[in-house]
Amino acid sequence: MSEALTELGNHIAAKRPQAVTGWEIAFGELTVDVVPGQIVAFVDFLKADNACKFSSLVDITAVDYPGRPRRFDVVYHLLSMYQNHRIRLRLALAEQDMVPSIIEVHPSANWFEREVFDMFGLIFSGHPDLRRILTDYGFRGYPLRKDFPTTGYTEVRYDEVQKRVVYEPVKLVQEYRQFDFMSPWEGAQYVLPGDEKKA
Amino acid sequence: MMDGDIRRNTYSDGTQDALTGEQRIRNFNINFGPQHPAAHGVLRLVLELDGEIVERCDPHIGLLHRGTEKLMESRTYLQNLPYFDRLDYVAPMNQEHAWCLAIEKLTGTVVPRRASLIRVLYCEIGRVLNHLLNVTTQAMDVGALTPPLWGFEEREKLMVFYERACGARLHAAYFRPGGVHQDLTPELIEDIDAWAVRFPKVLDDIDGLLTENRIFKQRNADIGVVTEDDIQKWGFSGVMVRGSGFAWDLRRAQPYECYDEFDFMIPVGKNGDCYDRYLCRMAEMRESTKIIRQAIAKLRVEKGDIMARGKMTPPTRGEMKTSMEALIHHFKLYTEGFHVPAGEVYACVEAPKGEFGVYLMADGTNKPYRAKIRAPGFLHLQAMDYICKGHQLADVSAIIGTMDVVFGEIDR
Repeated sequence: MSEALTELGNHIAAKRPQAVTGWEIAFGELTVDVVPGQIVAFVDFLKADNACKFSSLVDITAVDYPGRPRRFDVVYHLLSMYQNHRIRLRLALAEQDMVPSIIEVHPSANWFEREVFDMFGLIFSGHPDLRRILTDYGFRGYPLRKDFPTTGYTEVRYDEVQKRVVYEPVKLVQEYRQFDFMSPWEGAQYVLPGDEKKA
Repeated sequence: MMDGDIRRNTYSDGTQDALTGEQRIRNFNINFGPQHPAAHGVLRLVLELDGEIVERCDPHIGLLHRGTEKLMESRTYLQNLPYFDRLDYVAPMNQEHAWCLAIEKLTGTVVPRRASLIRVLYCEIGRVLNHLLNVTTQAMDVGALTPPLWGFEEREKLMVFYERACGARLHAAYFRPGGVHQDLTPELIEDIDAWAVRFPKVLDDIDGLLTENRIFKQRNADIGVVTEDDIQKWGFSGVMVRGSGFAWDLRRAQPYECYDEFDFMIPVGKNGDCYDRYLCRMAEMRESTKIIRQAIAKLRVEKGDIMARGKMTPPTRGEMKTSMEALIHHFKLYTEGFHVPAGEVYACVEAPKGEFGVYLMADGTNKPYRAKIRAPGFLHLQAMDYICKGHQLADVSAIIGTMDVVFGEIDR
């Protein structure tokens, strides 16, 4: 299994040296880091190349790392039903960067790219219909960014007087509780109440 | 312009033929749903119709969006497990399975054999649950009223098996990282076996109602044809692939759990239309029943623990009564939760609807840094516009039905 993946990784890196910046195998899965500008040609190559034949797009998603200068990782999963293997592609992007859309190669990328736009605010250049998909009509903000609060900013209810749904700022009777179970003996980054003097 | 078309001539003095109101026709837009019984949940389709022919189909999803992925980032791995029941609520345990597999892959946990068999058993029960619902309600969408009544009777029995295993009929939370929550009693195993013996008879009955039914055939045959090229282009999986004659099943192609030791067949269709997908689902239920009986035969012999005892799983009750360490472990496990080593994995299962996957990004703490849920229905529904184009309005509900969409998993 892993020899086959190593061979595949070598093959891809040798064929497309300008697109691949690195690759690794972890937990029996092949991950390739790709230059963002090259993604369309690279995905097309993976689809056409006979040793790869990654004909089916499984998933596109993103991961947010607020601490990094290039804040987002866009992650593509591809599957080959013919060669029976999988691959993961990773692009690192800054907040204002645009990702080239891969709809021309995989039409199924359409909704995935809309979802990433909806959740992370990344713009896909060349996407024909980049609307929000999962959130409400007229929703503001990008919910899966780490700086977006889990409670959100607005809540809706049906107003009996106005006979319509109204949007209001979130009011919580109790503050949203984010439990931190880090043990205070194992490098917790805060001072427990009552311990201030010692510190 | 063809011979029969209505012409609008312009004459030398600049005048034109008058058009009657009937001739000034433009396409009609209608909303299909969100409250439509054939939409299988809260789907809003904006359909552009030319007469009765669908010109464009724009699905608006997200009406059931609950922010599962966001919520998961602030909960421990174990607390996240029940969310998976609420994705595809038709076959809850199959989803839990993907989550458990992802965690087990990252931590390198080996599941005891008995737990593995129980998982296979309940995954197949889930598949039957799903296909029963789908086949019969799709039949209702195209006009048959009896099949759901017959199918739901069997679903009821299967839900009782769920309940007897874990206490809940629907939201099971039964599969746990490292095994399953509790052992099955011998009586339950025997009862499932007795059910599996009788079940093919029920399938024969449903078969008799639908398979050769003229109306059912007219509504489904040659509707929503999917080719091998479409499968690749639109990323289909599950029955949407197999219905087109492409024998792709993750249980066989990339075996997980202990599926490689079971003897079952992968039914495939021929034409890739709604009718073939229906036939595939019926045949898959028979194959699932075979797997269930094999799993039961193995479970009768295989005794042993149902959890990999370690940091991820609670100690046994008896141990807790005598050992202080075990008590501390239990307390820490259910408050702080277990930590998962940093890394990223993608784990997928052949859920009844297709490939259900979890992309898990762990950062070494007790909560997932990011978890992406890959639902098969999301891709299937995306292709609605492509597949529906040129079909009649009435075919839309037949196509949604055989795509097998559930909004719990699509909207997440």
